[in-house]
Amino acid sequence: MTKPPLKMAPINATTAQSREAAVQRRARFAEEMRQSKTVRRLVTPEGAAIQLRLASVAERAGAFMIDLAIQWAIVIATLMGLSYMGSALSPGSANIAFAFWLVFFFFLRNFYYIFFEIGQRGATPGKRILGLRVAARDGGRLTANSVLARNFIREIEIGLPFQFVLMGGDQFGAWMALFGLLWSGVFLLFPVFNKDKMRVGDLLAGTWVIKAPKAKLMEDIASSSARPEAASRFAFTPAQTDAYGIHELHVLEDVLRQSTAEIKAQVAGRIRTKIGWSRIDGEADVAFLEAYYAALRKRLEQRMLLGDRKSDKFDVR
Amino acid sequence: MSDLLKSYRFREERQSDWAKLDQILTRAEGGGVKSLTDDQMLALPRLYRQAVSSLSVARSISLDQNVINYLESLCTRAYFFVYGARTTLGERMMLFLRKDWPAAVSRSVWTTLIAAFFFFGGWALAFFLCLQDMDWFWTFHGQNFMDGRNPDATVEYLRSTIYTGTGEAGDGQLTAFASFLFNNNAQIALLAFALGFAFGIPTAWLLVYNGVMIGSLYAVFWDKGLGYEFTGWLMIHGVTEISAIVLAGAAGFVIGGAVAFPGAHSRIASARLAGQRAATIAMGCVVMLIIAALLEGFGRQLINSDVVRYVIAGATLVFWLIYFYAPRKELPA
Repeated sequence: MTKPPLKMAPINATTAQSREAAVQRRARFAEEMRQSKTVRRLVTPEGAAIQLRLASVAERAGAFMIDLAIQWAIVIATLMGLSYMGSALSPGSANIAFAFWLVFFFFLRNFYYIFFEIGQRGATPGKRILGLRVAARDGGRLTANSVLARNFIREIEIGLPFQFVLMGGDQFGAWMALFGLLWSGVFLLFPVFNKDKMRVGDLLAGTWVIKAPKAKLMEDIASSSARPEAASRFAFTPAQTDAYGIHELHVLEDVLRQSTAEIKAQVAGRIRTKIGWSRIDGEADVAFLEAYYAALRKRLEQRMLLGDRKSDKFDVR
Repeated sequence: MSDLLKSYRFREERQSDWAKLDQILTRAEGGGVKSLTDDQMLALPRLYRQAVSSLSVARSISLDQNVINYLESLCTRAYFFVYGARTTLGERMMLFLRKDWPAAVSRSVWTTLIAAFFFFGGWALAFFLCLQDMDWFWTFHGQNFMDGRNPDATVEYLRSTIYTGTGEAGDGQLTAFASFLFNNNAQIALLAFALGFAFGIPTAWLLVYNGVMIGSLYAVFWDKGLGYEFTGWLMIHGVTEISAIVLAGAAGFVIGGAVAFPGAHSRIASARLAGQRAATIAMGCVVMLIIAALLEGFGRQLINSDVVRYVIAGATLVFWLIYFYAPRKELPA
């Protein structure tokens, strides 16, 4: 009867570990699912799949705020210029100048978005700043008619709720305004309630707004460890390079590209403990991490070529 | 050198081409197609195809997130450029005027008739109600109608609002007023279009309301025996303006109809197909309202002869009918 406790110990350790693995994977999977809800696949005529990421409602609202601020800045600047000019002009020509300004105001209000979205970039300045663009939902050309349709609808999405807010007056009028606000609020909040984050205008125009950030090609981390002196200094055994999986490799890439020296030192310490690496004198943390990154990536890519994706450190086969 | 990673060698061999494509795209996004040299234009399709195939290969052999993200963004940008619109704004406008706009209008005859029914129905309703009992006018307009054109005004005053006296025309006030009216009308036209999305019901109400406004005013002048003169005053620009408002309503009904009765398509597909046609009509309404404002601001103030006013009104009517509905040769797309 002395054996069972001895046997229990390793089983406990493995169940704890597999539970840990399950928890981490579930969290990662949930995150991936959340992300994949905003990803739309586009298959180009060449047969390659491009992943388009939909802009979030917050980004859309932010871009709109920027555009609105630009429009208001133009309105205020031209009005001030006009009133400055108006004091110098005769009443008649001041009236005519104001008439032209009114027409200009109409075009600014309704054609600002159209002017920019019809162009090559498919984005207003606000969208450009936040790295967004308008695209046709079917992956085809963004036609001018679509741009017109999606922007003329703006009138009921923004203009109408705004007018109801300004409306008021007596009790009956206030109730009407509230009712109107609720009714027009449906249009305003439309993007929140559909999975493609479409405005009513997008729906009618057959468009959506996607993220189109400009990514930079950075230097390959593995390139620095390809130098002979680094290669001879850091020689990892196959067991050491099998300690981690693809998920950890990507985390390590982020650490190397973005984080501070302290975090890098911490990460280097944990990896050394995990793989049982004894620190050589004068070994820099960054050099160690880069060398280990290169070795790990090489090993994982090799396995991947043979159809074996080791997704994370718990993935032991 | 066999020690190097395969994915690293893959990247080393191709990254100069990626950079070239990146450069071309950056330039094209900044200054349009015209800013590219012939060599760049020729290289573009090859570089684009190469980047796309690099992306597929990188996804299966490389674990470098940065490379994959970069290629993803590069290919997306290149895709939108290569398969994007190549026409200039000027060409686009010509196509709109020559083909898209009249085609969109002539394909929407039924909704145009429905919109006209609502507008002129409102007009006739207000007109006959007011002729029977002028109190209706106050019901429609409230107590504060601008510049005293109401049932209590004298015939002389009403006549003076129809014709521009000497020395009145030059003060610019009328131009400002015309542009204010354009602003108002164009905004209403766009609203009538946009409200079509709510199954066209608010659009119908907007059309009836505008019909009632003009119809009741018409009754005031008719009652004082100024019907003939007022028609000339109204119609010199009114033919264009009222057509624009009716067409804007028709655009709203096109959308409303497509959303309410999608037919063989899904509701979203049907809304999309109708939305583009309706937006073309709405854009045309803005053009028509600009023309109407010019006729109103200048034509009406400078021309005080009833006959000439009627001739211009008739001519614009004939012009719009021919422009929209006359059969025309198929233009090459």
